[in-house]
Formats: sequence, C-alpha cells, structure tokens
Amino acid sequence: MGRGHASLNSDKLENTQALVSLEGLSAGYTGPVVGPVSFSVQPGEVLGLGGLNGAGKSTVLRALTGTARVFSGRIVRAPRLSIAHHQQRPERPPELPLLGRELLALLDADPHPPALVQPLLDRPLSRMSGGQYQLLQAWACLNSKARLVLLDEPTNNLDGTAIEALGEMLATLGPGRAAILVSHEQAFLDRHCARQIEVSPWTG
Amino acid sequence: MIFDPLFRVPFFNGLVLAAVLALVGAYLRMRDEWLATFALAQVAAAGGVLGLPLGLPIVLTAGLAAGLLALVYGLLPRVNNNHYGVAIVLGWAAAILLAANTHQGSVIIDSLLRGQLYFSGPGHLLAAMVLALLLLTLLPWLSRRLMLGRFFPDHFSANRQPAWPHRVGFGLLVVFSVVLGTVALGAVSAFALFFIPSWVAFVLARGWRRSLVLSVVLAVAAYLVAFALAIELDQPFGPVLVLVLVALVPLRLFARSH
Repeated sequence: MGRGHASLNSDKLENTQALVSLEGLSAGYTGPVVGPVSFSVQPGEVLGLGGLNGAGKSTVLRALTGTARVFSGRIVRAPRLSIAHHQQRPERPPELPLLGRELLALLDADPHPPALVQPLLDRPLSRMSGGQYQLLQAWACLNSKARLVLLDEPTNNLDGTAIEALGEMLATLGPGRAAILVSHEQAFLDRHCARQIEVSPWTG
Repeated sequence: MIFDPLFRVPFFNGLVLAAVLALVGAYLRMRDEWLATFALAQVAAAGGVLGLPLGLPIVLTAGLAAGLLALVYGLLPRVNNNHYGVAIVLGWAAAILLAANTHQGSVIIDSLLRGQLYFSGPGHLLAAMVLALLLLTLLPWLSRRLMLGRFFPDHFSANRQPAWPHRVGFGLLVVFSVVLGTVALGAVSAFALFFIPSWVAFVLARGWRRSLVLSVVLAVAAYLVAFALAIELDQPFGPVLVLVLVALVPLRLFARSH
C-alpha cells in the first residue's frame, strides 16, 4: 500500500491520461480533516482507499464531487469527466414507491443486472432490505455512463453472497472507466483493487 | 344547485388546482419538503394582508412573501422541518397581527385562511390553467433532475452541471401553486392537497408514475365529493375538503395490512 502523501511526483510522471489526479490535496469542511494526499486514477483501474476510521476517506471522495472544501493542493480532472458517487449511506426517502428499475434509469444504468439484483428491478425501494438497496445502488453507479465511479463502503450491510456479487460487478468496468473504492474491509480491497492508497488525517 | 352556471368557473378552478397541488405534493414528499408548503401558505397569507395598506393586489404580495421565503430556504445550506416550523408559526403570527392592525385586514385574512373558491373568477381559472400547463411542460425535464438530486445529492456538483435551473424552476412552481391554492382554497385546504393524496398514494402504488397518477386521482375524487357535499349541505368548502381528504388516510392501513 502506498502512502497517499508520498506519491505525488511519481503519479504526475506515470501517466498524463489519468481520469483524475489529486495533487497534495487537503480537504475538509470548516477546516481540513484529511491530507495532504496525492494520487491519480488511470482508466481501467480500481483504486482502493484505505485508512483508519475517521481518516477522511469519504472526505476525499466528497472533495472529488465538490461537496467538501479543498484547503490546499488541487484536483485535476480529465476533460468532460463524468462521476457517479455511491455514498456510504445511500439516500432512501421513506415509503417512496420508486421501483428498482426506475432508480437504474436515473443513471442510465444497464437494466440487465446480475441474478442477485434482477429480482429488485420491479420491487419498490421501500420494500428492499438495507443490503439489497446498497447492492442496487452500487449496480446503478457501476453500470452508469459515468467514467469514474466512487464507491464509499459499498460492502456495508452486504452478506457474503452479495459481497461476491459486488466483486463481480467491479470486474465489469470497461477499459475507459475507473473506480475509487473506499472500504474498511482490507480483504475486499486486496482482492479487487489493482493499487491502494492509505489516507491519513490532516496533520497541519 | 351544484350545476348552477355560477359555480362553473369556481368548480373548474378548484378542480385544476386539486390535480396540480397533488402532483406537486408528490414531488415535495419525494424531496421530504412537504411541510414547506404549509409554511409558504402561512407566509403567503401574511403577505396577502400586507397588500391592503400597500395598495397592491393580494395575489402579488402573497406571491412575493412566499417567494421571499422560498429564496431564504434556497440560500440555506440545509433546510429541515424545524425551519418550516419556524416559518409556520411566524407566518401565522404575522398574518394575524397584520390583519388586526389593517383596515379590512380581518376580512382578507379570513378569506385567505378559509379560501374563497366560490368567488373565483375567470382570471383565477386562467392562472390555474397556466400553472397546470407549465407543470406538465416542465415535468419531464424536472422530474429526472429532482430525483437525481434526491438519490444522488452530489450528482450535479460532481459532474459540474448547474443545479440551480431545476431548483429555481421547481421552487417557482411550488410558490405559484401555494399562492393560487391559498387564495382559492385557503391555507389549510391547500396544504391538505399537497400533503394527503401523495401520503396515501405512496403506500398503495407500485412505481413512481402510478403513484403520481394515484395522487392526482385521489385528490380529484376528494375534491369532487367535497364540492358536492359543501354545496348540498350548505357548509364551508375548505373544512369539508380537509375532512374528505382525511377520510382517505385509513387507506394507508389497508395497504399495510396487505
């Protein structure tokens, strides 16, 4: 696992075709909570973000989506980069009668999901378990048209079978797309990420 | 009496508004903002009273007051039921105090709180139809964007797409709906149309489109029943509509038991 703050120069030299590059990024809200962190994401790869609880992994993703503040460093995006963000606690309004396939349609996701997700297509979101909804959201993001998919703790609430299915979904990313995977499950990161970065809290 | 030509314009004005308010209410419920309509209605009533001393049309000042509140909500980073609660009590207090200290104010506030459907003229009906047309025209574009914003809150910022066009557009539609609904049906009756049909429809229907259709069907059915009952029993329309809408609520229990 590479240290996030140590890889700036090598990443810049590695590949100028990166979908996104973070260069010495410190990010947070009222004040910085994470960084400095540097890495780039190449097309076709699944990059893992590890680190202790509270290290700021989700904040790095939010900085990429523009909902956390960048205090120093910068984010360089590929032109016209599109992003899908699977949040750690996906939004699920209570009692909403939206069907699984209607959620997929929002992101133009492939309506032919794997067997575990198939039965959810015609089920209202309100009648799905937490794990089922989590898996559906992950499929929606991974099979959207977005070139960069951000997955924040996608294994939460998932049982062993669902985690296997999620791993298979990650393998369906096309060559021009990439994912950043945040997870506290080291075994899942080890199994599915080509490269990992360790994120540390902001040290000032 | 119900078929009296005198009631024709008020009847169609209320009918169009019932459908529109229920449809807008479904989107507000999806966004968890349905209580906002009561806050907007109370503030619109206060603004309506303010039109008297200013010598301006009630609809204009009611719309400006509600629009101002919607703007404040739009500028706050996060809005929840506490903010709506503050605006509800503040709007009510302001409306009553303004009415007490304005010539003819009590007449106006009474009409805004109770509604004045039977006094609807062709102008009111035309405004309701323009609102309905706007809603139906914008909905295909608005719907997907509103849902994306609800399920994937950072979708627009992540993709560097402006979110303000659909937020402002929807906000204006809500304000327009609240003002026309409050003027015609009264603050509480309008709120009931935003609130109850979608609350019931969401547990009965499977799928978003079906829930929208059911919300409108329930609202229109309740409106038709209330209109007939209020005239035949010679009762004020607003409270009758509210009671008929509340009578739909047990349908939720039916859905749960199945």
